[in-house]
Amino acid sequence: MKNMTEVILLGVGTFLALLGAAFGKDALFQAHAWVLFFVLLASTIVMMRRVSFVPADPINTSGYDDDVIRFGVIATVFWGIIGFLVGVVIAAQLAWPELNIEPWFNFGRMRPLHTSAVIFAFCGNALICTSFYIVQRTCQARLFGGKLAWFVFWGYQLFIVMAATGYLLGSTQSKEYAEPEWYVDIWLTIVWVSYLVVFLGTIVKRKEPHIYVANWFLLSFIITVAMLHLVNNAAVPVSFLGSKSYTLFSGVQDALTQWWYAHNAVGFFLTAGFLGMMYYFVPKQAGRPVFSYRLSIIHFWALIFLYIWAGPHHLQYTALPDWAQNLGMVFSIMLWMPSWGGMINGLMTLSGAWDKLRTDPILRMMVLSLAFYGMSTFEGPMMSIKSVNSLSHYTDWTIGHVHSGALGWNGMITFAAIYYLVPKLWGRAGMYSTRMINWHLWLATLGIVIYAAVMWVAGIVQGLMWREYDDQGFLVNSFIDTVSALHPEYVMRTLGGGLYLAGALLMAYNVWRTIRGDVRDATPSTANAVPAE
Amino acid sequence: MDYNVFREFSDSWGLVYLFALFVGAIIFTFRPGSKKTADDSAQIPFKEDN
Repeated sequence: MKNMTEVILLGVGTFLALLGAAFGKDALFQAHAWVLFFVLLASTIVMMRRVSFVPADPINTSGYDDDVIRFGVIATVFWGIIGFLVGVVIAAQLAWPELNIEPWFNFGRMRPLHTSAVIFAFCGNALICTSFYIVQRTCQARLFGGKLAWFVFWGYQLFIVMAATGYLLGSTQSKEYAEPEWYVDIWLTIVWVSYLVVFLGTIVKRKEPHIYVANWFLLSFIITVAMLHLVNNAAVPVSFLGSKSYTLFSGVQDALTQWWYAHNAVGFFLTAGFLGMMYYFVPKQAGRPVFSYRLSIIHFWALIFLYIWAGPHHLQYTALPDWAQNLGMVFSIMLWMPSWGGMINGLMTLSGAWDKLRTDPILRMMVLSLAFYGMSTFEGPMMSIKSVNSLSHYTDWTIGHVHSGALGWNGMITFAAIYYLVPKLWGRAGMYSTRMINWHLWLATLGIVIYAAVMWVAGIVQGLMWREYDDQGFLVNSFIDTVSALHPEYVMRTLGGGLYLAGALLMAYNVWRTIRGDVRDATPSTANAVPAE
Repeated sequence: MDYNVFREFSDSWGLVYLFALFVGAIIFTFRPGSKKTADDSAQIPFKEDN
């Protein structure tokens, strides 16, 4: 019998969701339970059609377990498109406020949809599937836990769907990057612990005696995200069938806990996890071992010891005690060193293989992602310095900074990893079209450059306008003055995001054709580039 | 056990503990003979079958 347990569990879940819809204490909880009911009902029906009463063939457990990784790659591409698309839409909403469609598609509800879709759905799926790929190959062991990896994958997709629909319905606990309410948080905890079990179990049963450094980064990412999630989401629900909860902390403690969480989500989700990807895919694509293995260990520990203290820089000039603000600033500046340690280590891995950049757009993407990593980790500590922060804080400069890191570093390294993985996972000689990879590279780069440059201008204009006094000591500008002054920048930003989205659409098409097994008949764009002697 | 107890512990023994741990990790990384081990470890991604 195949899939019977899954059908029973899904059926029970569907029934519980129906009960939630029937007995929910508030309309929001009921609506959300209906969403859950229909998602689980559809899943039950799909699984029911896959039930087979023929004695199942024993699963071949000799090789690596790559099925779930194939699904993960497709999910990464899918959520990437959704996340970028919503990003372009909200950028347009800021430029043309008429595009706010009340109540579900207001900027206020679409913005967390965008951030969660790109961070947790796109980057999260990328991290889960690449970590499953990397840990198996560097440990020379099959994934631990059998079907548990499938639970991690589908459970995580359910979390994304519940979070996204919750935002649009208006369910939020108002914590940035941790908006989902308590019941969605509990579900994510279950999924995340299962993820840890699969990953750690694979490391435990490894055949390779040494644990490769990529796995250190990935394991630190999984453990730290679990810790951050549990502490920051500590809340008391008003009712067990209601959508409202109250956080355990109050006032400035709550603010500090929130930014301790959010900054380390950047530090461990978007940095440590992606450095894990970098330490596997850059050496593989370049065909050379990492520049200095010992540097990777040193900067790993430096990153771990420093990052966790940098959160208070989000609360400069607030009610947070001065010593804590200064602590955040000092630790942020010290972070320069481990961040650049990683960047230099990644870039120098290419030393002796720089000629490959002429012919290999995937490697080019990796180099660009490391360059953006270096730039944004230079900019970040600079912005945490209090005198700079007094100009940059609450302005669009911050948004520009985040996007040069997220689009440049996280996006580019993920695209490169996808282009590396798809031919390998589906047994193709290469991607359908190398030219399209090149187009993607340049569309994305141009998009990021426009986005970041425009946001620098916008942020500095905004910051200077906010602090402009007349000779009587009155503020010169009202808030709306700054908003209308920034209209051209907001239009340009939409264009930059649109270019980035266009590149991602090319990638989706390229991935789809590669999976189908097609090869594009065309002269490669690098045909006239002669490899260096 | 109040705020001040935690505060005093963290800026005295806690600080010493974390700092010693970090310095220890660096010293261990550069111990004699570690270069060879590190170079071997760097080759791990190239050992797989595919």
